[in-house]
Amino acid sequence: MANEVVKKEPMFTEGYVIMPYKYSVGTLASKFFIEIRDHKKINGVKCPKCNIVIVPPRSVCIKCFNKIEDLVELSGKGTLVTYTVAHYDSAVQAMKPPYAIGVIKLDGADTAITHFIGEVDFKELKAGMKLEAVFNETRNANILDIKYFKPVKNKG
Amino acid sequence: MPDRVGIVAAAMTKFEAAKPWQHLAELVLEVTDKVVEAAGISLQKDVESIVSCSQDHWDGRTISSMPIPDVTCGHLKDESKVADDGAYAVLYGAMHILSGDHKLVLVVSHCAESHTDGTIIENWSIDHIFTRMLGLDYTLAAAMQARRYMDKYGITPEQFAKVVVKNKGNAKKNPYAQDSATLSVIDVLKSQMLADPITVMDRKPVSDGACAMILATEEIAKKLTDKPVWIKGAGNCYDPHFLGDRELADCDALETASKKAYKMAGIKNPVKEIDVVELSEYYSYQELLWTEGLGLCKRGEGGKFIDSGKTQLNGDIPVNPSGGLLSGIPITVAGMSRVAEAVWQLQGRSGERQIPGAKLAVAHGCGGICGQMHCVLVLGN
Ligand SMILES: [Zn+2]
Repeated sequence: MANEVVKKEPMFTEGYVIMPYKYSVGTLASKFFIEIRDHKKINGVKCPKCNIVIVPPRSVCIKCFNKIEDLVELSGKGTLVTYTVAHYDSAVQAMKPPYAIGVIKLDGADTAITHFIGEVDFKELKAGMKLEAVFNETRNANILDIKYFKPVKNKG
Repeated sequence: MPDRVGIVAAAMTKFEAAKPWQHLAELVLEVTDKVVEAAGISLQKDVESIVSCSQDHWDGRTISSMPIPDVTCGHLKDESKVADDGAYAVLYGAMHILSGDHKLVLVVSHCAESHTDGTIIENWSIDHIFTRMLGLDYTLAAAMQARRYMDKYGITPEQFAKVVVKNKGNAKKNPYAQDSATLSVIDVLKSQMLADPITVMDRKPVSDGACAMILATEEIAKKLTDKPVWIKGAGNCYDPHFLGDRELADCDALETASKKAYKMAGIKNPVKEIDVVELSEYYSYQELLWTEGLGLCKRGEGGKFIDSGKTQLNGDIPVNPSGGLLSGIPITVAGMSRVAEAVWQLQGRSGERQIPGAKLAVAHGCGGICGQMHCVLVLGN
């Protein structure tokens, strides 16, 4: 009998998970975000043992697990490794679709970071294209202080 | 200490886009009842330990395993939970037996993806310091992996689409499958574009359901069934989390996991020796990439491999005769359902999708962004 009732009229109870967090970003990321906020400079870290340059910064080398303590300044220019154009909306997206997002290897770095690609005709998106960081006017020491990466215009 | 773990029986719910008439524990109850009956055991007397797989965020509560002992006769017994993927729960259940601690284990997984918005959970699983605020989810990340795979090896969206056509077609022979269809490559390519090159048909649909199995020592497995399935090899491996730390066009973690599993099982030539593969393709391109990682073809040849027809239901090495995840299986249940399908193949219980005379099967579970973690199980009869 209960089975017939639920088939006809299933009941639901609603719930919401609303949890505010204030995450510590740690030693190196604090420096990383302050450099972006105050000087529009993107920093990586260099492993003192195997010399690879990692961005975003990590306090332990991803190759040799050596401890890393210092940041190295990168130029803010780089190369597009891969990308997509988002055509759908979702509850978590930070931009209105359509927009481009990619994995960008900064010059001098051995790893790449994920960020938006702006001021670009989607048809021109191509792996290997040169990009440079564009920063927001108002900066709050988080990853969105970088507005997006835009194509570097060829001279002449 | 026992040296072999036997899978006695497996069970699933039918997978559906929503199951509003059952709450989560009732999904577990359904598969527990089925698997206990299939194994011919007493839940109360014979099951010593319950290993479950579920995720707190998907279930919308902390300790998502809390209601499980209630429906599995688990009070005053050993109860533990594995998060992420159900294939890992099978592995953990096998470890319970290999340790000598338990002789008979119930392994179960459940998820009702229809209960919430999965993109929020995906976003919350991504690095919170440098990446989460970008609004990244698994589909955007997968699209970037698919693009990199295309660029590096010349794989095409048509080859991705062939996976959808094959798996949704196979699903017509699977009574547990949620979505089945007779499709053409053009149908897939013309469906709604989500994130270039991934269309809505290239992504697994939202799904609800559960899966369970009974694991036992060799001695007990042989007593309970004349068709025990043995776990012959296992391997699991993790890649880094950050997309920019990895070569997305290759799956190093899966290569490592499958090599470990094959070595343990004594497999030297996987494509010749393995009869059937059930793998976890959350997106169509992943089936091609995972066939490379499983050593069924060389790096960069996943496209040619689907073109060859070898992975079709009647091919040399059928991949996802069940219809795979693209036919609709929820996260967490995904990997366990691959193991269950492989078990049924080896027991000759796969009905219309049966691969005749299957003796050696590979089941694969994975999880995380762009297949960060992989678990490979080799099963034999
Ligand atoms: Zn190093």
